[in-house]
Amino acid sequence: MANHHDHSHGHDHHEEHEQLKVLGFWIFVVTDCILFGTLFATYAVMMNSFAGGPTGKELFEMPGIIASTFILLTSSFTSGLAVLAMNKGKVNELIAWLAVTAALGLAFVVLEVNEFTHLVHEGATMATSGYWSSFFTLVGTHGLHVSIGLFWMVGLMMQLKRRGITAVTRRKITNLSLYWHFLDVVWIFLFTVVYLMGVM
Amino acid sequence: MWEDIKEFASTFFVTGDPLIYGADVSIVLTILAIVFVLTKYKKWGWLWREWLTTVDHKRIGIMYLISSLLMLFRGGVDALLMRLQLAFPNLEFLHADHYNAIFTTHGTIMILFMAMPMMFGLFNMVVPLQIGARDVAFPFLNALSFWLFFLGAMLFNLSFVIGGSPDAGWLSYPPLSQNDFSPGPGQNFWIWGIQISGIGSLATGINFIVTILKMRAPGMTLSKMPLFSWSVLSSSIMIIFAFPILTVTIALLFLDRFAGAHFFTMDGGGNPMMYLNLIWMWGHPEVYIVVVPAFGIFSEVVATFSRKRIFGYKSMVWAMMVIAIASFFTWAHHFFTMGTSASVIAFFAISTMVIAIPTGVKVFNWLFTMFRGRISFKQPMLWTIAFIPCFLVGGATGVMLAVAPADYQYHNSYFLIAHFHQVLIGGVVFGYLAGIYYWWPKLFGFKLDEKLGRWGFWFWNIGFYICFMPQYALGFMGMTRRYYTYGWDRGWEDLNLVSTVGAFMMGIGFIFQVWQITYSIKHGERDTTGDPWDARTLEWSIPSPAPFYNFATVPQVKEADDWWATKQAKANGTYKPEPVHLEPIHMPKNSGIPIVMSTFWFLIGFGLTFGWVWMAVIGFIGVAVCMWVRSFQYDTDYYVPVDEVRRTEASLGRVL
Amino acid sequence: MSGGKMLRQIHFWILAVVTTVLLSGCGSEYLVLNPKGPVAETQYNLIIISTILCAVIIVPVLALTAFIVFRYRDKPGNKAAYKPEWAHNTALEAIWWGIPVVIIAILGYFTVRDTYVLKESPNKEVAPMTIQVTALDWKWMFTYPEQNIATVNHLEIPVGVPVHFQISAEAPMNSFWVPSLGGQVYAMAGMATELYLQADEPGEYAGFSSNFSGEKFAHMQFKVVAKPKEEFDQWVKQVKGTSPAMTKEDYNELKKQGLSETKLYSAFPEGLFEEIVERYSHGHDMEHVMQKQPAPTGDKANETSQETQQSTDMSNMHGMDHSSMKH
Repeated sequence: MANHHDHSHGHDHHEEHEQLKVLGFWIFVVTDCILFGTLFATYAVMMNSFAGGPTGKELFEMPGIIASTFILLTSSFTSGLAVLAMNKGKVNELIAWLAVTAALGLAFVVLEVNEFTHLVHEGATMATSGYWSSFFTLVGTHGLHVSIGLFWMVGLMMQLKRRGITAVTRRKITNLSLYWHFLDVVWIFLFTVVYLMGVM
Repeated sequence: MWEDIKEFASTFFVTGDPLIYGADVSIVLTILAIVFVLTKYKKWGWLWREWLTTVDHKRIGIMYLISSLLMLFRGGVDALLMRLQLAFPNLEFLHADHYNAIFTTHGTIMILFMAMPMMFGLFNMVVPLQIGARDVAFPFLNALSFWLFFLGAMLFNLSFVIGGSPDAGWLSYPPLSQNDFSPGPGQNFWIWGIQISGIGSLATGINFIVTILKMRAPGMTLSKMPLFSWSVLSSSIMIIFAFPILTVTIALLFLDRFAGAHFFTMDGGGNPMMYLNLIWMWGHPEVYIVVVPAFGIFSEVVATFSRKRIFGYKSMVWAMMVIAIASFFTWAHHFFTMGTSASVIAFFAISTMVIAIPTGVKVFNWLFTMFRGRISFKQPMLWTIAFIPCFLVGGATGVMLAVAPADYQYHNSYFLIAHFHQVLIGGVVFGYLAGIYYWWPKLFGFKLDEKLGRWGFWFWNIGFYICFMPQYALGFMGMTRRYYTYGWDRGWEDLNLVSTVGAFMMGIGFIFQVWQITYSIKHGERDTTGDPWDARTLEWSIPSPAPFYNFATVPQVKEADDWWATKQAKANGTYKPEPVHLEPIHMPKNSGIPIVMSTFWFLIGFGLTFGWVWMAVIGFIGVAVCMWVRSFQYDTDYYVPVDEVRRTEASLGRVL
Repeated sequence: MSGGKMLRQIHFWILAVVTTVLLSGCGSEYLVLNPKGPVAETQYNLIIISTILCAVIIVPVLALTAFIVFRYRDKPGNKAAYKPEWAHNTALEAIWWGIPVVIIAILGYFTVRDTYVLKESPNKEVAPMTIQVTALDWKWMFTYPEQNIATVNHLEIPVGVPVHFQISAEAPMNSFWVPSLGGQVYAMAGMATELYLQADEPGEYAGFSSNFSGEKFAHMQFKVVAKPKEEFDQWVKQVKGTSPAMTKEDYNELKKQGLSETKLYSAFPEGLFEEIVERYSHGHDMEHVMQKQPAPTGDKANETSQETQQSTDMSNMHGMDHSSMKH
């Protein structure tokens, strides 16, 4: 009897706690918004501080950027499919969609590293001018977020494999997908402000 | 080889000053003494199990409190050294570079490593008890926040003996804080000490928002929540909006120094004014982040010791929220003198004055809480009453500073110094001291000695006015902040000497308080009731010191000041006790990950301070591993059986 | 120890100190309270107005505090009313939301008015004279473009003539402050800030650097000598006749970190100040930036309007392409 009691109670507590963590994560995303907002503001101030160095217009290679934009948007879609699979209780499908998302995310990161290498070869580094300092910091911070997301995603896939869909893994996937969509939104801003406005 | 080591050591360790050698010796001796005592009494295991790995908010609160008192001591010694140097004209007691380092560390420590942790200590010690919760929303994250703060503070303080202290002012304005003008690790210590503890602060902000929004006892609607908890909510909201800006700003400053970026440099298209804007977009809300919880404390104390309901509860809540929002629109008043256009200056002047309105409302409400009450002058109330005149004058000089054209004359002068010390000491420090005296019995089970406390109180208060009132006058004489010395020709010597005397009186006040604490541990009046002040809110309904699970049964709240209402009902005979129904209590397990992970953060900070990338890489890997391991832990909580709850309550004198 | 006694103590200290300040305020060492020119005068008047307006609130509230604390102290036999549940009164609360609003409105009016006034020359009848100020580590260089002379740590100005200072730096940020004549303004690399000052009586005034700029900053002070126009012209002639001319090399020597004696130069390289500003203003084309500034994301949307406004206005302080520099 006592055991039974414990169990039902424990379940409630878990559900409650998982909800707290989702709210906490939302607030974390708010703070991350402000972090990116500050970096965007910095970029805006530095937008024309080329100090005689190269401009973005001269160096950006749009095809690669557009490709990575599509890749990231698609990965946001697949992470949505992963959540749908989770809601249907299909753990293998969930893991599969997460794997697709992770692969797309990895492709995005690789493209970004590629772009940065290209820029450095063209003579645009962190130390070139205020403009490039803010460019690398803004875009790089986003890329770092994506990379951390990948690390997290791999960890969650392993946990799903081991434990299936529980209150805890469900919460973790919810937070991860929130994070992933958020990074997607940031990228849309970034694409518009940095790249589109940069080459126009 | 030996020569290399000697060479390295002479740049690595700060050398050449007897003060610093003295500090080296005392640091080593203190560490040895601690190690010796812990080993002799076989206390290492106890220390690890009960404190270093704890996730109990009360213990974390106590650790915050102890650290902040240590930092108050360090920051206070800095202050006294400065006042000694300025006591007479042309003194050679400190060299310019020492003086510069000391005012830099004084400011940084007092705001970020004294006020912030003391505030977080009070958050932790009080909020869950006050809202009827068993812990904060994220106990593990809470422990992590503490250890990040602690190791960030240690990293910062290490600069005193290793590598050299930062000396570009507490906010490290570039270009002065750039490599060209401040080479060496000092500024990096500043950046990483703050960065690491700042991450902890941000996490605490998130933690307490969720705690307050989601973990209140059933029946405690927001409109019945005690005002201290409201103030914590307001402060936490400001934290989550302000601290990311700080994180970014000093990260950019570090990129300038480390990677040759051009954010705030003079050349390469950098813009130092952008730093001023960004740092004050954090810095101004930061001032309100620390003062609003003090307002919350005064609201609790004034109601309890006037034996009367707080006056104008709704006004109080509105005022705090208005302050929280308005604080984000005033940052440019820290540099009215940057020569920008009149319309910008006018906007920020008015927005700054507007903050005086809700603040004034709060003062009136406190006064009218006392009005038609019955005031008893216990220690928390003494500090509260002392706060009112002090803060009124400090607030008024704040309004005077907001008058932008007049500010061109006050800016960076001792008038400004006197103003912000008056609001920060008179508001924040007096408030936190009131809070510490008030909640001390709840945490430790005994009161702090009244008599010694009063000696401390009077030394602090009289010393305060003697120290800072002359500084307003010095400002009118043209004395600028951060001058390490001055000549006989200005007429500044008399008031400076007076000011120094006052500073030492405050120092004596602090000594009395330390004496008071050590004396009271043995002789302080024990609190056997759990409600030593005949107070009003939930935390006083449980025994002192509070058991680790806080509440044996979750309280059902019916009105604001619920505990007071319960006591009234008991006195009237109308109290109907609810049947006690004990259930197993769900509690989080202790964890060593927070302290280990924070240590890796320390390695990152230390490595990047000296440009040792390998060490930073080890640190980053360590942090990642810690997060990975934690993510895979599923067994992070346990249940306290009913029997144990019953036994614990009985040992505290409560039969259930 | 009763609270009433404590409050009287506190009161005593505040009063004692305020009185000391006010009485000795007439003393000549209180530079800010002894204005010697129209700008300092305007600021002095604001200081007085704001002090009075604040006192109007503070003094009664302090008295009220003392009264309440004394009257309602917890003492056996205290006959004052005790109403533990009395916690709300709309009329009273409206009053104390209202009073500060009124005070702030009055003070705000004076503040805004004088903020605009001080942006312009304090004396419309006399054409202003221009002096360029450069903050160096740790000395002040003054160049007189109209007279083509230069000085270090020593400033001479004619009485009764508004002086238009253009202020920049080739060093960490500093602040140029002559309290007897008026408030300060920052000296920043890559920007030229502006300040009008005028001396109404001849005399020697202390000038301070009031923003921390490194080790020897405390010694970075200068003397301002105000003398009648004829004497000033005489002085210029004398400098032209007796002092050496400043060369580029002299300037490069001067800008190295260190203290400097007072120096006088009969000439300085043409466009020196403009060059100093230009050297670091590179890429600060703020107006351009602001037209294209994106809306900040998410929660910062509310701040957009102010930020944009502020930043647009900030372009004014990059004085290079503005009229003031072209005169």
